[in-house]
Amino acid sequence: MPESSTQVEQLQVGEPGPGVPKKDPILIVDSVTRTFGGMTAVDVAHVEIPRGKITALIGPNGAGKTTFFNLLTGFDKPDTGTWSLDGDSLSGVPAYKVARRGMVRTFQLTKALSLLTVMENMRLGATRQGGERFLPALITGLWRKRETEITDQALELLARFKLDTKKDDYAASLSGGQRKLLEMARALMSKPRLVMLDEPMAGVNPALTQSLLGHVLNLKNDGTTVLFVEHDMHMVQTIADWVIVMAEGKIVAEGYPATVMADPAVIDAYLGAHHDTDLGSLTGQLEVAEDIGSPLTGDIIEEIAEETPDAK
Amino acid sequence: MDFNFITLALSQILEPQTIGYALAALGLAVHFGFTGLLNFGQAGFMAVGGYSFAITTTQFGWPLWAALAACVVGSIIFALILGIPTLRLRADYLSIVTIAAAEIVRYTVKTPDISPITGGSDGINGSSDTFNALNPLPDIQYHLGIGTYNKEQLWIRIVGWVVVIVAALVIRQLMRSPWGRIVKGIREDEDAVRSLGKNVTWYKMQSLILGGVLGGLATVIVIIPTSLQPDNYGTQTTFFLYTIILLGGATTVLGPIVGSIIFWVVLSLSDGILSLLVSNHLIPITSIQQGPIRFIIVGIALMLLVIFRPQGIFGNKREAHFSA
Repeated sequence: MPESSTQVEQLQVGEPGPGVPKKDPILIVDSVTRTFGGMTAVDVAHVEIPRGKITALIGPNGAGKTTFFNLLTGFDKPDTGTWSLDGDSLSGVPAYKVARRGMVRTFQLTKALSLLTVMENMRLGATRQGGERFLPALITGLWRKRETEITDQALELLARFKLDTKKDDYAASLSGGQRKLLEMARALMSKPRLVMLDEPMAGVNPALTQSLLGHVLNLKNDGTTVLFVEHDMHMVQTIADWVIVMAEGKIVAEGYPATVMADPAVIDAYLGAHHDTDLGSLTGQLEVAEDIGSPLTGDIIEEIAEETPDAK
Repeated sequence: MDFNFITLALSQILEPQTIGYALAALGLAVHFGFTGLLNFGQAGFMAVGGYSFAITTTQFGWPLWAALAACVVGSIIFALILGIPTLRLRADYLSIVTIAAAEIVRYTVKTPDISPITGGSDGINGSSDTFNALNPLPDIQYHLGIGTYNKEQLWIRIVGWVVVIVAALVIRQLMRSPWGRIVKGIREDEDAVRSLGKNVTWYKMQSLILGGVLGGLATVIVIIPTSLQPDNYGTQTTFFLYTIILLGGATTVLGPIVGSIIFWVVLSLSDGILSLLVSNHLIPITSIQQGPIRFIIVGIALMLLVIFRPQGIFGNKREAHFSA
């Protein structure tokens, strides 16, 4: 009974908190930052993703979750930082090589390849197909055997995701939820070590959500590590083993799903630390600025000093 | 009335120009139809390939195989020059660069300073000698119903169509292979394909090279019986090619070939009909206006086609339905 007791199994070393080391990390991220103009979108000092578990990355809109995903998977380049999968550095590795090393992602806005059939979509996810090279592609005999294997694997996955009846349809004819399923199934064709799902539940109807959750749990049972982005905290609680909370580009809390939601930092992240502060007043602004260590603190103090004599 | 123009129009089926455009359109279909590369400079590839062949043949006296190799290598280098800086970027950069590069090629070869090599505005004559030396046909007149050809004329027509058929079979095989699957995936969404571990930029480059080489070889077929004229490789050539692939179906192999035949036959036919009407004073235009008017007719036909049959003649209705 190794895996079923995850609720009590301790994943981290020491007390849960932002950047806590894990007993068996698969992905280790160090000081990754990304700025867009003057805005710091991502500023992650240290984070580790536990192997063989489902980790949820949550946070309010604009917290930098997707940007962080893009950075880790090579779809965007960070200003600073290093990260490694099973000890192999992935910094500066192009997106396609990241995928080949066993870290496959999906997208928030589903990217089904519309004018390819469902089956062709699936086959595209496979690895070690020699016929993908130009010259071998010219001789069917060189890749037919592998193609049959790939097709069998794809049929198996499609059956699991209940898309097997759609295999000859264009992906464009699928519903939004079915495209999400297809994208997830396609990502699994390469048998990745780490699957990164960017909002897998977004825009999916409640019935399909249940089945999606089931698929994510199945991934874990197959030994795949899952990292997924989600808004909905309740969704997270049902399947995640570990939760990482991001806000304003930083990791503000980490922990078990049952406890992390009670963390004041998480409530702050979602509701805002100063949801009862009057930002219309300078004293209110000062309070917030001091709290987040804003460089504007000095300016606000000056401004208050300027305004105080006026008031008198 | 003289109905000779019908035979004349039908003879377009065997014209080297039709054959060349079929091949170049096939290359453009690889770019645009299958890979989604917006290449607006196919005429540039045609010019580079043609000049590489003609210069090495007439100026350097290279044998046919070497001149053909020069044509292929020239097209590959042109593809690399255009592709390396642009293929990593968004799709529209390629179209801007290719349309400009094609014009740069055309103006460059016309430069007086290098006219001794490129022939300037006059182009290059006489690149057919090495090709015709291989002609095994007996020296008689060949009557084929739609025209009478001497042995040189028949030789280029036979070789030209064989090249087109071989090229079409190669493209058909490629597009049914896993290689073609990746390329078509890139057309749909290159980030998705990238996320599945495929080197998207390299596949786009391969596609650009493949289609470009077909464009280069196409010119060889066109210029062997005539001559190489720089102004035949302006932007209008690229747009003729787009007309052809939209006519036949951009995501098919047969489409560009049949599209080219229809394009040239219809153009010749409309010319014949117009001159018949003009010479019999049935329509109030002069014979000078007749030339542009046939292109207006072609333009209207193209619009009707895109509106009512966007997938082209051979395209799959379902594909066009979803892309709309």
